[in-house]
Amino acid sequence: MLCDNCAQNEAEVHLTQIVDNEMTTVHLCPSCAAEKGLDAGSAKNLPLSDFLAQMGQAAVTEEERVVAGPCTYCHTTVDDFRRSGRLGCPHCYSVYESQLRAILRRIHGSTYHLGKVYVPPASEAADRAARLAGLRRKLQQAVEAEDFERAAMIRDQIRELEAAIDA
Amino acid sequence: MMPLDFRSVPDFGLAWLDASGPDCDIALSTRVRIARNLQGYPFSVRAKPADREAILSTVQDVLDRTPPVANGIFVNIDRLDSRGRLLLLERHLVSRELVGQDGSEAPSSSALVASSDQPVGLMINEEDHLRLQSLTSGFSPRQTWGLVDSLDEELGSQLPYAFHHEFGHLTSCPTNCGTGLRASVLIHLPGLVLTKEINKVLQGISQVGLTFRGLYGEGSEVVGNLFQISNQTTLGKSEEDLIDHLQKIVGQVVEYERQARAVLVRDATNVIEDKVWRAFGLLRHARSLGFDELMNLLSGVRLGLSLKLIAGPRVYVLNRIMIFAQNAHLEEAGGAGTLSGPELDIQRAIYVRSALAEAEPSPGS
Repeated sequence: MLCDNCAQNEAEVHLTQIVDNEMTTVHLCPSCAAEKGLDAGSAKNLPLSDFLAQMGQAAVTEEERVVAGPCTYCHTTVDDFRRSGRLGCPHCYSVYESQLRAILRRIHGSTYHLGKVYVPPASEAADRAARLAGLRRKLQQAVEAEDFERAAMIRDQIRELEAAIDA
Repeated sequence: MMPLDFRSVPDFGLAWLDASGPDCDIALSTRVRIARNLQGYPFSVRAKPADREAILSTVQDVLDRTPPVANGIFVNIDRLDSRGRLLLLERHLVSRELVGQDGSEAPSSSALVASSDQPVGLMINEEDHLRLQSLTSGFSPRQTWGLVDSLDEELGSQLPYAFHHEFGHLTSCPTNCGTGLRASVLIHLPGLVLTKEINKVLQGISQVGLTFRGLYGEGSEVVGNLFQISNQTTLGKSEEDLIDHLQKIVGQVVEYERQARAVLVRDATNVIEDKVWRAFGLLRHARSLGFDELMNLLSGVRLGLSLKLIAGPRVYVLNRIMIFAQNAHLEEAGGAGTLSGPELDIQRAIYVRSALAEAEPSPGS
């Protein structure tokens, strides 16, 4: 099959598009495809690994070599992120904000959340939930340290708080 | 909410098998999930056992006040035996991430919650703290999203989510942030495969922001002509736009599949009839069946049913076989310990024969 564009070379790139509910297929030779910015191999690349690789390069080529991180809250480093593709905590999004903005733009084509706007629970309830979470962690630590007197005290505080929530 | 042995609930999580949804002769099921994380805790990858325990109890505290999962079913994944965890995996109710990568050890404090009257629930301590999910019959992205959305509204009004003014809901992997929404349709496309149109269609969907995977999600092979088509991006579009887009594009794929089937019936009647009847015959008489072979034969029978080349069994029966003829389900039904590969293939063939025999109308009826 000859290229739809130049009608000279053999078509090797077959581009199928859905536009206005109509599916059309264009057959192009590699050079015409490249001209139109289509690379036959590009669809096979996993997006995230691309972005992570790019992130590494960006860190090297930046003149000022501003190395962000590690995250002050969870200690995730750029290397951790590049290796696993996972951020360590919500705070990482602030620590690595500028790199993430570039990554998000490449993955999603945008950095702006246009979905539902999340309204956090009424602050009083949220405070209680946060306090409860803190107390539970303390309880765990007290039990691990076999400080049972302290554990009993914390348990009472948790019960009090739970009763207040249920009321 | 009391922990419960999910095995005591008949067909736990399998309501979608009933083939009651739209276009269910082509689309098997629709799944929607959203990722959420709680403020004040590291993501799962960095969470210590104490964090995971605290996340679990924080969520557990509000479940009883959260319709529709209040009075639902609560399963402690880390307290299940390994076969129990595999059963949930084979039912597509949990992810590999939640039950442990090799199926031998589950991450601590991981749990599955399911409503007792609606096909909606959540995973706790997955890759993200919460994965709200719904799995329904046929092709129904809007309805399925609606179920997840209401659960999200209820939970979000009680739990402080990690949310960023620009990036939206924050997730462990940046590919999920924003809406955290992944909607997918499990779709059977033998017509497009046989007419060799499938690659064009798959290329087409990848150009419009959708992607496809095999039956078992990320990284899995396509077996039995079953494709999972889902949105690729989660940020920069509203939930409604993502859902509507999937609805529109997969709707077109369903249409192409119907056209391809019509072409096959018109131009290759004998070939298709032979394929369907051979598949049906093998399923009814084989004495040993590998899982991939089973999936390919089921594909043939499913196609035959849809084209009315054969009168039975019902799609429900085929859907059931797809789940219950998997390894952990066969072992569970056998009651014995683990089975070797060849033993599994024999048990699979026995199960399929009996399931099809049961489904056949008795003589004279």
